[in-house]
Amino acid sequence: MSSRPTLDYRAKSHLSYFAYACHRYSGLLLACFIPLHFLMLSQSLRGMQGFEKSLALTDVWVFKFGEWALVILLAVHLTGGLRLLMIEFGPWRGLRKGWIQLTILFAIACGLLFLYFAN
Amino acid sequence: MSNADLKVRVWRGSQEGEFVEYLVPRNPNQTVLDVVTYIQRKLDPTLSYRFACRVGMCGSCAMTVNGVARWTCRTHVSQILQGDALEIAPLNNLPVIKDLATDMREFFNKWKGAVGFFKGNQTRHDDFAKVEPNSEERQLANAGIECIGCGVCYASCEVVESRPNYLGPAALNRAWTLTNDVRDVQQLERMRAVAGDAGCHACHTQGSCTEACPKSIEPTASIAGLKKLIAKAAVRGSKWGKL
Amino acid sequence: MSTGVLQAKLWYAQRISAMVLGICVAIHLLIIFYAIRGGLSAQEILGRTQGNVLFAIFYEVFVIACFVHAPIGVANILQEIFPKSGLAEPLSWILALLILILGTTAVVGVFTGGQI
Repeated sequence: MSSRPTLDYRAKSHLSYFAYACHRYSGLLLACFIPLHFLMLSQSLRGMQGFEKSLALTDVWVFKFGEWALVILLAVHLTGGLRLLMIEFGPWRGLRKGWIQLTILFAIACGLLFLYFAN
Repeated sequence: MSNADLKVRVWRGSQEGEFVEYLVPRNPNQTVLDVVTYIQRKLDPTLSYRFACRVGMCGSCAMTVNGVARWTCRTHVSQILQGDALEIAPLNNLPVIKDLATDMREFFNKWKGAVGFFKGNQTRHDDFAKVEPNSEERQLANAGIECIGCGVCYASCEVVESRPNYLGPAALNRAWTLTNDVRDVQQLERMRAVAGDAGCHACHTQGSCTEACPKSIEPTASIAGLKKLIAKAAVRGSKWGKL
Repeated sequence: MSTGVLQAKLWYAQRISAMVLGICVAIHLLIIFYAIRGGLSAQEILGRTQGNVLFAIFYEVFVIACFVHAPIGVANILQEIFPKSGLAEPLSWILALLILILGTTAVVGVFTGGQI
């Protein structure tokens, strides 16, 4: 005896749901990151030396990976968000699947650009 | 094409129960409704399920097939078969009465809750209302009026699952068509009904409703229309008054 | 204000701030790619931002848009995952204050470079 079945991954295996999930989780992670980002930048109040010392703390590999991931999350959330604005405020043209493809490509592009420009 | 029998798992019970497996002979041009009918007639007469027209017009036969809400009379087994196996369950998000039949009262109550019904102020003694068929409002209404209340969109929506009060895609779609009906006189009440936590702003544009609708109606579009209308009404007022 | 009107206004505010953020984030991404070339140092950052009124205004607008946009989004998520906990409103307000206060502090910091 078990409980009646509920919505599972099979009901959610479509592109629009995937876009929603990416947008929600990228937003949540960014929301957690932003206060830390501001805290780090406010170390600039210590003057150039103090700021430089705080920045040096982030020279660890794990921070660099985090920065790369965050740029990608930002790209995902931005493009996914623009898609939502098109759906909610623009003329109706379906679920804007082209925008989802654009989101994926733009996120990859940002990830690669970050690796290219960072030393 | 294999000649092996289909292995069909069917939900038996109500809120508590289990999947029972039946072996059903394969036929060409077999729909999932044919499969359920075979089981009930030949294998287990205690199976409960709903159907009516069996030709894709009434929406009564909606069930969850391999995890996705569909009209079983319009779903060919060959379309969705996974190997030899098929899984048939009642529609999600609705209480189960027995086996494959769900209690649709909350679905229709929410339709009422969204003021998804028409009320005019003319009588038989007045002239016909003149509604311009090419007007923007009429075209917006026409895009959504073919809904027959089958419940597939409601059963596919994760927001319905996580917010028990959420009116759901069908009710909101109907409300939107009536918002665009120039003869209706309840617009202010309707706007109030579809605002709020239970209303249109809870929609996250997941799009499962639009993907699932067997009549290709797009509730996501209707809900987007309501979101804009309600936001404007809350901030600046609408032609029917301020929220 | 009725709950319906409140929800509608929150939705509207979040979408308007989203439009502002769309522009701010696009510009910020360009700045990020420009700035990280050859590594990032305090000297380089402050060299660009110290005394730069345009940057200060841009980033303060950015901070205010975040202050509106993020807490409303987080409140929705909390309300859906923990519906009866009553956590959604207080936690969102805490996030809002953190963003506004730490963000403005950061803008002041990079504008003044510590020379207040």
